[in-house]
Amino acid sequence: MSTNLADYKNIWVFAEQRQGKIMGVALELIGEACKLAKDISDETEVCAVLVGDGIEDLAKECFEYGADKVYLLQHPLLKNFTTDAYAKVMTEAMEVYKPEIVLYGATHIGRDLAPRIAARSHTGLTADCTHLDVSVAKYIEFAKANTTLDTSTLDPESKDTGLKMTRPAFGGNLMATIVSPRTRPQMATVRPGVMSKREREAGRTGEVIKVDVKLSEADVRTKILNIVKEAKEMVSLTDADIICSGGRGLGGPEGFKLIQEFADKVGGVVGSSRACVDNGWIDHAHQVGQTGTTVKPKIYFACGISGAIQHLAGMQDSDIIVAINKDPDAPIFEVADYGIVGDLYKVIPQIMEAWDK
Amino acid sequence: MKVIVCAKQVPDTNEIKINPETGSLIRDGVPSILNPDDANALEEALKLKDMYPDTHITVVSMGPPQAQDMLFECLAMGADEAILLSDRAVGGSDTYATSNAISAVIDKYKKEFGDFDIIFGGRQAIDGDTAQVGPQIAEKQHLPQVTYVVDFKLSDDKKTVTVKRQLEDGYEEIEVKTPCMLTCTKELNQPRYMSMKGIFNKDKKITVWSAADCEVDLSVVGLKASPTNVYRSFTPRPKGKGVMVAGDTEAEIAANLIASFKEKHII
Repeated sequence: MSTNLADYKNIWVFAEQRQGKIMGVALELIGEACKLAKDISDETEVCAVLVGDGIEDLAKECFEYGADKVYLLQHPLLKNFTTDAYAKVMTEAMEVYKPEIVLYGATHIGRDLAPRIAARSHTGLTADCTHLDVSVAKYIEFAKANTTLDTSTLDPESKDTGLKMTRPAFGGNLMATIVSPRTRPQMATVRPGVMSKREREAGRTGEVIKVDVKLSEADVRTKILNIVKEAKEMVSLTDADIICSGGRGLGGPEGFKLIQEFADKVGGVVGSSRACVDNGWIDHAHQVGQTGTTVKPKIYFACGISGAIQHLAGMQDSDIIVAINKDPDAPIFEVADYGIVGDLYKVIPQIMEAWDK
Repeated sequence: MKVIVCAKQVPDTNEIKINPETGSLIRDGVPSILNPDDANALEEALKLKDMYPDTHITVVSMGPPQAQDMLFECLAMGADEAILLSDRAVGGSDTYATSNAISAVIDKYKKEFGDFDIIFGGRQAIDGDTAQVGPQIAEKQHLPQVTYVVDFKLSDDKKTVTVKRQLEDGYEEIEVKTPCMLTCTKELNQPRYMSMKGIFNKDKKITVWSAADCEVDLSVVGLKASPTNVYRSFTPRPKGKGVMVAGDTEAEIAANLIASFKEKHII
C-alpha cells in the first residue's frame, strides 16, 4: 500500500441516475460534499460523476445543486446499471483522475457497486454512513452534541483532514467512526435522507469533462431482461420506517380507519396496543409491545396509547416518538420526543394535512 | 452441481445490551446464531439439492473455533460439508481483508474439489450490516454478481441462472451464466429447520483450516492489511423526555410538529 496520498484531490459523488432521473441521495451527497470540501482546502472541488447513456442534460442539475465539475461517462452499455460495466468505468476513471474521496448513495445500486470498486481499487469502504467529517474540530462538535464519546483525546487544532465516517453498528446499539488512513480514495456509502441538499441555484454552471469510456459486450456478464416498477408492498412492522399505532383512546374498532388513512398518508404501517387486540378491534399481527412485535422505526406515532410498560418495551427504541393523548399525565409522554395533548380525531387529520406542505 | 454457501456466525443483535457506564457492548449471555440472510442463502442451495440430489453443498465460513456450532447447524439443515477458516492471523479483518481470506479458502476448495457452479451468500450480516463481503468475494474470484436476490431459477442445462434483484421501487430480472455469486435476501425463501437425521448424521464433517492450510497471503489479511480502521466508537446519547408541541389550535400544533420534523431532517 505505497499510495502517495497527496496525489489524490477533490471529492467525487457518484451521481446515481435511473432511467434518466437523478436520485435524491446524489443531490444530498453533492450538498454534503460542498461542506466537506471547504473543510479540506480552498482548492478542493466537488465533482459529480454521471454514468449512463444520453444523460448530458443531468449535468445542469448537478451544477445547480453545488457541483463544480461533472465527469460524464457515457456509453450505450451504461444505459442501465450493471455491476460489471459501472465498476469498470468508475474504477478506470478513478485511476486517471485520482479523487481523494468518493461518495455513493447507500441504495440497492450503490451498495452493489461500491464494494466491487473498493475491492478492485484496493481501498477502504464504509457502509451506510449517517454522518461525515473531515475537520477534527467539527467531529468533536458533533460528538459532544450527539454522543457519549469522551472527546478529550482529540485535538481540535489537528490538521488531519482524513474522512471520518460515522455509522451505526450492532443493529444500532453502537456507533462507530471509521477512517481509511493509508489508502485512497476514501470511500463511503451514505444513507438516503440523512444529508441535506443545497438550495438550488438556477443558472449555476461548471466544467463538464467527457471521459473516454472503453467497454465491450464481453465486459458485461449479466443481462437485464426486465426492469419492473412495483407499488410498495405491505411492509411488516419490523421493517417499517414509520408506524402509526392506535390504542384504547380510539374508542372503538372504527378508529383504525383513521389510523390506516394516517399510515397511508405518511407511508407507514398500522400498529396497535395490546388493549385493542384484546378487544378484538384489530388483528394480533399489528400488536406492538413485549407480547407483540418489537419495533424501531424512524417515527412512531402513538395515538391514544397510554403507554403501559409492556407497550413501551416494544417501541421505546424508535428514533422519534410522537405521542397524541387526551390525558396529559399518560406515561407515554415520558418517552415521547414530541407530546401532543389533545383529541386524536382532531389532531391526526391536521397532521395529515400539514404532512405535504 | 457444486455449490458454495458463505455463512457467518453472528451475535443476535436483538439481544445485545449496552453498558451505559462504559458504553461497551455486553456480549455475555448473547446467543450466537447463523446470520439470518445466510440461512436464506443455504436454503436456496438446499432447494437446488432437493431438485438435483447430486448437488454438493459446501458451507464456508471464517471465525473463531466456536463458529463450528453454526456450521453444525448448517450441516443438520442439509449441507454436505463445511469449512471453517480459523486463525488469529485473519482476526481484525475489515470487509476487504475478510474477502481476501475467504477468497483464499475458495481457491483452496477449487484445488481440492474442482470448479464450483454457484456461490450463495447472505445479503448482509446483522452485526455489521455492510453488505460488502459478498461483492468483494465476487471481485476477488472474478465472478459476475447479483445482489439482493429475491427469486432464483436455474435453467435445465444448469448453465444459466435467472434471478430477480430487488430494487427500492420494484425489481430487475437478470440472467447470468454460472459460475456466479448471488447474495440472498429474506424474501427469497423460508429457511428449513434442522432435521433429526441431519442432527444425528455423524458422517458429515467440518474441516477447520488455518491460514497456512489454505495458503492465505498473510500480507492481505488481518487488522494490518485492512484499509479501514475504527477511529472511535461510542453509544448514541440516551434520549431524555421530549417537548410538548405548542399551538393554540390543532392545525397550529400539527404545523409546528411538521416544521420541527423538517428542521431536524426527520422527514
